[in-house]
Amino acid sequence: MTITAPLAAAAPDSDPGRGRRLSVGPSLGLLPFLVFIGIFLVIPTVTVIVGAFQSEAGGFSLEKVRALGEETPLRALRESLVLSFTSALVGAVLGALLAYLVVTAPPTSILRRAVTSICGVLAQFGGVTLAFAWIATLGFSGLLTDLMADTFGTDPNGSSWLYELPGLILVYSYFQIPLMVIVFLPALEGLRPQWREAAVNLGATTRQYWLQVAFPLLRPAFLGSALLLFANAFAAYATAAALVSQGAPITPLLIRSALTSEIVLGQANFGFALALEMIVVVAIVMGLYAWLLRRTSRWLG
Amino acid sequence: MSVTQSSSHSAPSTVSPGLAVEMTALRRTYGTVNALDGLDLHLDPGEMVVLLGPSGCGKTTALRILAGLERQDAGTISVGGRDLTHVPANKRDMGMVFQAYSLFPHLTVLDNVAFGLKLRGRSRKDRRQRAGDMLDLVGLGEQKARYAHQLSGGQQQRVALARALAIEPAVLLLDEPLSALDAKVRVQLRDEIRRVQSDVGTTTLFVTHDQEEALAIADRVGVMNSGRLDQIAPPAELYSSPATRFVGEFVGLSNRIPAQVDGETAVVLDARLPVLPGSAAGAGLALVRPESVSVEPDEHGHATVVSVAFLGPVSRATLTLDDGTLVMAQLASAAAGGLVVGGRVRLRITPSPVLVVGA
Ligand SMILES: Nc1ncnc2c1ncn2[C@@H]1O[C@H](COP(=O)(O)OP(=O)(O)OP(=O)(O)O)[C@@H](O)[C@H]1O
Ligand SMILES: [Mg+2]
Repeated sequence: MTITAPLAAAAPDSDPGRGRRLSVGPSLGLLPFLVFIGIFLVIPTVTVIVGAFQSEAGGFSLEKVRALGEETPLRALRESLVLSFTSALVGAVLGALLAYLVVTAPPTSILRRAVTSICGVLAQFGGVTLAFAWIATLGFSGLLTDLMADTFGTDPNGSSWLYELPGLILVYSYFQIPLMVIVFLPALEGLRPQWREAAVNLGATTRQYWLQVAFPLLRPAFLGSALLLFANAFAAYATAAALVSQGAPITPLLIRSALTSEIVLGQANFGFALALEMIVVVAIVMGLYAWLLRRTSRWLG
Repeated sequence: MSVTQSSSHSAPSTVSPGLAVEMTALRRTYGTVNALDGLDLHLDPGEMVVLLGPSGCGKTTALRILAGLERQDAGTISVGGRDLTHVPANKRDMGMVFQAYSLFPHLTVLDNVAFGLKLRGRSRKDRRQRAGDMLDLVGLGEQKARYAHQLSGGQQQRVALARALAIEPAVLLLDEPLSALDAKVRVQLRDEIRRVQSDVGTTTLFVTHDQEEALAIADRVGVMNSGRLDQIAPPAELYSSPATRFVGEFVGLSNRIPAQVDGETAVVLDARLPVLPGSAAGAGLALVRPESVSVEPDEHGHATVVSVAFLGPVSRATLTLDDGTLVMAQLASAAAGGLVVGGRVRLRITPSPVLVVGA
């Protein structure tokens, strides 16, 4: 699983960048970064775009892109979107609540430090580890599955939900929630106590403070974090791969099939087309986010 | 400790007559720290009282307890005769300006000022009208559509003042509203706060640790010391007649010159001066302002010039008495020309009452 570009989960009081100057000095310092971007972002993207529009023979062709409209890739895309959206929503809401509980604890408390470090680990490794844990518990011949079969006579092989969308959503939540805690915590910490006191002093009830001050202030960071979660789930591969060994219910797994298929050779370019599709989806979501932010948060300047 | 009362202050020119504030026997401890140790404070209707004191003496605590943002352990609060001791902060009708910038960043200047009016269910037209008027009052009528991050620190505090006043608060509270600003803006804004306050006539409690600020804008200054009020008096009285050693030493510069108290008078250098109530008996140190010391060159004088610093219209001379006591004198720069470092001088002390403290 990779966390995509370090998205600016804008703190409420971020300053507007002012004054642009062009000189050689500062840009020289950026060189390593630009090289990095070039090697790991630009080149792969260009490769994907070129590959998507190539036939097996190497000439220009719309055949692969057109193939995206077939039933299997369409269904994979739909499942991917549902999975990403649902797990981002669940992760964002529960993660934000958990983050709130964490900030209300004193900064030095053990609870706070424990939660943040556990979240750091889970956000990175939660997926695969937990996929195995779930399989061992609830999968075919899992601990609990067998126990249920022995006790209630349920079918030990019948519990396939874990390997389908609901199972993926559940397992994805295990890294989405901690990731949300990590990216949303700074925004919550940026809520100044004086804002609350000023609101109360002017006559606000707790409810009015949250509705009229805290929520609007947190909205950009919340949307930004939710978007990060969406992209994170959309691009996640390892967890799904660990859980799903047969078939390709979601787009990243379909790319795997396209690249490793031994049945139909020359599917690599179809893999490129699928990757292009994913890039377009993420681009659309980011555009949507930018638009939403401009509409609801002009104050960010 | 004597608390001197006075009611001399300019009558508010317009609007509300203001309400009286009564804080009685307030106590607050944090762990082992007595932040407030039985504070009594009374504000007359429309009056501006400045609480002055060193860092940690409990000024902020007093203000926040009055606002309801902090709980007192004991004591009562009433405003305009109404007991507010157990009324929650959002029902107290107090306008507060905080030390740190506290404007809501997601609202325009106008919406910030109108915030409290919106909570009170005033119509949109009404709110905009009143908020606009308040912004005009603080000289920011042109900046209505801006956001906080587009304003300077001084402008932000003006908006905060307009926001606090927009709800027509029973009491206006300011906690070091100028401390984050640079010196020039600070002086300008403090005079403006004073002007606005007298215009609207709201009873005001202003907290600062800057004595110049306190003396410049207050009707009365209350000097706080370890959670209590040492003295509360009009600025001039506070300066000329400190009630305690703490006040005498904290407010303005004071020389400590050996003195011998004898009944109602004390002998300081060669002069016999009346003593203020609260003075020690017998031998002690008289607290004498530098401007009460005059200096003239004299071969047979009992002091020597150590240095002379030119401060513009006035100069400050540092002298040593023959017993080693250092004395500062403030004199017209024209007169300071006759002083030479190392020269002998005679000191005279203006015959006004002095506070004599134990040595
Ligand atoms: N929330 C708190 N927890 C613990 N101690 C506190 C708290 N608030 C204030 N105190 C203590 O109470 C005392 C009075 O604090 P207060 O903030 O009222 O001082 P102040 O006069 O406003 O000082 P300053 O000029 O530095 O703002 C201080 O010793 C401070 O350390
Ligand atoms: Mg303070």
